[in-house]
Amino acid sequence: MGLDFSVIPKYLDIVLLGAVWTIAITIGAAVVSFFGGILLAVIALYAPKIIRWPFQAFSFLFLGTPLLLQLFLIYFGLVQIGIDVPAFMAGVIGLGLHFAVYNSELFQTSILAVDKGQAEAARTLGLSRMQTLRKVVVPQAVRDVIPPIGNNMIALLKDSALVSVIGVSELTLSAQRAIGSTYRPFEFYVLVAAIYYIINLVMEAVLRHVERRIQVSR
Amino acid sequence: MDYELMQRVFPFFLEAAWITILLSVLTAVLGLICGILGTAARLSRFVVLRFLGAAYVSLFRGTPALIQLFILYFGGPQIGIQLDAFEAGVIGLGVNVGAYMTETMRGAIIAVDKGQAEAARTLGMSRWQAMRNVILPQAMRLMIRPLGVNLNALIKSTALVAAISVVELTYTAQRYIGSTYKPFEMFLIAGVLYMIIIYIVGVGVALADRKARIT
Repeated sequence: MGLDFSVIPKYLDIVLLGAVWTIAITIGAAVVSFFGGILLAVIALYAPKIIRWPFQAFSFLFLGTPLLLQLFLIYFGLVQIGIDVPAFMAGVIGLGLHFAVYNSELFQTSILAVDKGQAEAARTLGLSRMQTLRKVVVPQAVRDVIPPIGNNMIALLKDSALVSVIGVSELTLSAQRAIGSTYRPFEFYVLVAAIYYIINLVMEAVLRHVERRIQVSR
Repeated sequence: MDYELMQRVFPFFLEAAWITILLSVLTAVLGLICGILGTAARLSRFVVLRFLGAAYVSLFRGTPALIQLFILYFGGPQIGIQLDAFEAGVIGLGVNVGAYMTETMRGAIIAVDKGQAEAARTLGMSRWQAMRNVILPQAMRLMIRPLGVNLNALIKSTALVAAISVVELTYTAQRYIGSTYKPFEMFLIAGVLYMIIIYIVGVGVALADRKARIT
């Protein structure tokens, strides 16, 4: 059975629709992982022990286990405790939490790296502890850590292929559907790889651009 | 929490953990080989090799490892490559992780001060002698820790072969979640086993790193 790429045009719209979902899930999970990462970092650094401890146990567990295993836990776990979320939501939550833990590690270092005088000055000016964090410390910490966070988001795009396993109709699963009716796995997986690669290149270009802007604004 | 069930299924998870370990070891060896070849290509004098090395790194890091596995395992037979799931898993993941290791190794070699190479060449060493006797020994020390990070990611990425039905830890967990409807218990068993494997490897890397720093 040789190669025959002529079957692709007929299924191109299904695959491209899948690509749209891949982009949607990547953006959704990126937002969850960004704000989740900040929240986890602030909890790890400032929350009282009783709140901190369970979150750190969660982070520890999520840093040491594969994403695929976590997706199974979240998808089937939510169903088990009676929350019936659509696969798409489970995918966004699973991917988002996984990368929130990684982002949190980055945010923690960068929050600690913000000059102490900044927080002291804010407190002296009468800002509360919460206001100081929200308006002075975190914004500076976020700016410093954008390049590595951006790399995590590019990794997130590629890991979004895994949510096909829990039945989210994104790029990978749409290719599997097309393969189901054409029996042409090589052609469609290569097509899908090419689409991922293009999205990846675009994200890298955007990140390089943003990095340059940050350099200038300093 | 259903402890009795956990006890009953534990032996099956333990067996699967050995498959995960075997996969990790074979993948790491293949990844290192690909990484060394990739690094040699990227640092080569010949523009064609440099281009091939850069293309390898860019393509394999720029697309999902899962898709690479699928192309090899499901698409392979169409171009005359017949592999069973385990072989496809090792080769697919090994070549993928090799691309990441290429960047790690290249980074360490570039990080060695330029003056070192210049001094070695001035003393009459050939390019290869300078690399082998002067640059590599220093670069090796720099690359142990980041290679450890690659290794950690590799162990977790072996879970992907569950998608092509290799019976390792994640596949086993998935199967038992499906048959017992106890996702948390199964996650916990598999998760703890993964963390033990990762912890042991982490200790090994830290020891190697410390030893490299003393000498």
